[in-house]
Amino acid sequence: MNNVRFSRSLPYAVIGLLAMFPMLDSTFYTQLLSKVLIMAIFAMSLDLLVGYTGLVSFGHAAYFGLAGYVLALLAAKFEAVSLWWSLPAAIGICVAFALATGMLVLRTRGIYFIMVTLAFAQMLFFVFHDTKLGGGSDGIYIYTKPTMNLGDTVLVNLEKLDQFYWLVLFCTAGTYFLLRRILGSSFGRALMGIKVNEHRMRALGFPVFRYQLASFALAGGLGGLAGYLAAVQFGFVNPEILSWHQSGAVLMMVILGGMGTLHGAVIGAFAFVLLQEVLSNQAWFGIAAKHWQLAMGILIMLVALYLPQGLAGLMNKFQRKPPPEAEEGADV
Amino acid sequence: MDLAFFLIQLLNGLQYGLLLFLVSSGLTLVFGIMGIINLAHGSFYMVGAYLAWSLASMTGNLATAILLAIPLTVVLGMALERLLFRHLYSRDHLYQVLLTYGLILVFEELRSLIWGDDVHGVAVPALLNASIPLTENLSYPVYRLAISGVCLLLALALYFLIQKTRLGMMIRAGASNRDMVQSLGIDIKLIYTLVFALGVALAAFAGMINAPLSSVTPNMGSHVLIICFVVVVIGGIGSVKGAMAASLMIGLAETFGQVLVPEVAGMIVYVLMAIVLVWRPEGLFGRK
Amino acid sequence: MSEAILRTEGLTKRFGGLVAVSDVSLDLHVGEVHVVIGPNGAGKSTLTNLLSGDLPATSGRVMLDGRDIAGLSSDQISRMGVGRSYQKTNIFLPFTVFENARLAAQSRTPYALRVFSGAEQYEAINALASSALESAGLAHRAQRVAATLSHGEQRQLEIAMCLATQPRVLLLDEPLAGMGPHESQRMVELIGKLRSDHAIMLIEHDMDAVFALANRLTVMVNGEVLETGSPEQVRSSPAVQAAYLGGEELLHE
Repeated sequence: MNNVRFSRSLPYAVIGLLAMFPMLDSTFYTQLLSKVLIMAIFAMSLDLLVGYTGLVSFGHAAYFGLAGYVLALLAAKFEAVSLWWSLPAAIGICVAFALATGMLVLRTRGIYFIMVTLAFAQMLFFVFHDTKLGGGSDGIYIYTKPTMNLGDTVLVNLEKLDQFYWLVLFCTAGTYFLLRRILGSSFGRALMGIKVNEHRMRALGFPVFRYQLASFALAGGLGGLAGYLAAVQFGFVNPEILSWHQSGAVLMMVILGGMGTLHGAVIGAFAFVLLQEVLSNQAWFGIAAKHWQLAMGILIMLVALYLPQGLAGLMNKFQRKPPPEAEEGADV
Repeated sequence: MDLAFFLIQLLNGLQYGLLLFLVSSGLTLVFGIMGIINLAHGSFYMVGAYLAWSLASMTGNLATAILLAIPLTVVLGMALERLLFRHLYSRDHLYQVLLTYGLILVFEELRSLIWGDDVHGVAVPALLNASIPLTENLSYPVYRLAISGVCLLLALALYFLIQKTRLGMMIRAGASNRDMVQSLGIDIKLIYTLVFALGVALAAFAGMINAPLSSVTPNMGSHVLIICFVVVVIGGIGSVKGAMAASLMIGLAETFGQVLVPEVAGMIVYVLMAIVLVWRPEGLFGRK
Repeated sequence: MSEAILRTEGLTKRFGGLVAVSDVSLDLHVGEVHVVIGPNGAGKSTLTNLLSGDLPATSGRVMLDGRDIAGLSSDQISRMGVGRSYQKTNIFLPFTVFENARLAAQSRTPYALRVFSGAEQYEAINALASSALESAGLAHRAQRVAATLSHGEQRQLEIAMCLATQPRVLLLDEPLAGMGPHESQRMVELIGKLRSDHAIMLIEHDMDAVFALANRLTVMVNGEVLETGSPEQVRSSPAVQAAYLGGEELLHE
């Protein structure tokens, strides 16, 4: 029973520790950690689809990038845009895009689904790459970060790194607890049922398509939240943020950490971003750092071949616990 | 739009479509027969183009370069199937996606290490470096016609291979019933290796012959890959006939789109795909 | 006699050139077990799939409470009160036995969109799941992972899930297949008990069970109805006896 209490309180402890991080007063690491936490939101949103609903999307970067572009287009050149309405607008547009494409992509299954999600993400890529709408391949700068005011008082000043970091941490924790809640509900249980045996769920009377669409839209909205925050952090958007490399990277995070566990997505985001930093560190690897993607590619292949349950599965192995799902991968 | 101009665009569209067919036929065969998704298929196209460029600059002759490069790509395909893809046939698509995504990164970096990140041009072979005059100031390059001819020949050969030969019979049987084929004593593993190598060689060959037309650029693989996914979705997984129909459709749509509505040309293929998904989610020639 | 709750009229299913179900008309009444028998490949499972909406019919009608449901999707038909079990066990292997039944019970409730309340806090659903497991004789296995059950127990779970959806019409596709004698006996008793307030279609090979339960018997051969009527009528039908090669298989008790 102690074990249960420990694992229940662990997320709070982690959040508490993370909240104190800016006290170390290291701009570099606070920025890095902000990036990690943003990616954690992004990875959790994909885990909802891949790990819980059984939908392998290879176009999840579309929502990440779309929300960033929404912010960039809303942000006027000289006056800061209000976070109060620009964030809901960005998320809302992502949800709408997810609903529209979801209606189409959810008509397909398996390999088709993977290809079609990728293709629609790529369509969006070309919209921003080829047209003048989003500044073409150069992208757009976001000169002033959004403001978060209540009346005349500034609640959060996003120009200040510490405050931005806390906002990101708040959003990450919020996403985690929101998804935990949802996955524990009747709705979440139905999603898991669909992942394991879609046909039986239908025979039991569940309108599977609607559940999948709801999950797809929710994942799109949360992906948008991550993309919005990322755009605030980096101060510019370009088509690369919705390229398929981004979709591949986030899928890697989900699997690396252990899909279908939620905290696995967070661990995966940590591991992936840190790995990326280390491998591309010129001080350590010199000229090889330029080709860090080679090492990353090999690592991704090794994970796919030898670590299908990710780091979470590895930990289970060491603790000699049986994996949570008896026949993972057999449920196709 | 006058007739000569229209004719040129038509020929260009067909040539582009036929080239797409070379790449996507291998992709759809591998999907249909082995049931695996291969994101790295575009990399084979890129490898073909770079091989053609580097061997052509060594030997001074594109034809020689292609003859040298084809066996290399077949060996590459066989090695990849034996070492990597074989382990994925029984696995969830998720891991196929992840592994082949990793493979793309590896290919991209190896390309950067071996050949660098520059854009290169390949000269059209002297023999084919001519134009057929259509009107006073419009003409059509012979090399493009030659490419279309070669692609058509290969498409016919592929049709003959699949429909008329014993190997093709085994391939078709393997696509519909793996256990049955194995119980007949056919070496399914060998067939898989051959089909995969065929797919790699076709994609690479497309990259080689197209090298003189479009420059050899680092990210040429990924664009082709996505378009080929759209081809496979429209044509239907595993259907070579569907790949042909969809390739020509997209080849023409893109070519005419670039001329008539350049602003939205990039999106036309996706709109086509969306229409097909609404109308026939299993693709034009797909099995339900 | 009561009005039929589910009735088919000229139901036909073609797969390409093959006619799997041909012009089948039958009806199901509350308080009756309608058994469908026939050799393998006679189209019995296809018939079930047509009734449950798993497959679309080529032609013909399926009337539920006087409304044509042919062409509706399987989830719609399920929500209208038609429950089915599968010949090949079709359950959620990684979940606990209770969760299997709970999910089935949940499908009948309007709570699906309350996304912030824990799934297990709905007493009505839990009670429904528990009583379905109780009926199927699996209450003592509630906390086991379904994949670890014996084959016979998985068959019982299959039935329990079907019951937890509170259907009025039950389509049972060979529920006894792979069960031991003790479990079979229990299942026959359960189906007998369910008869009073359900309309049941039962596909079964076990002739002891067939004659223990059948109020009405239909024999299918090559997708067609060969004979239908009371068990006695069917047993004495010359056509049936001919089809069963001397009738030994059918008549042996």
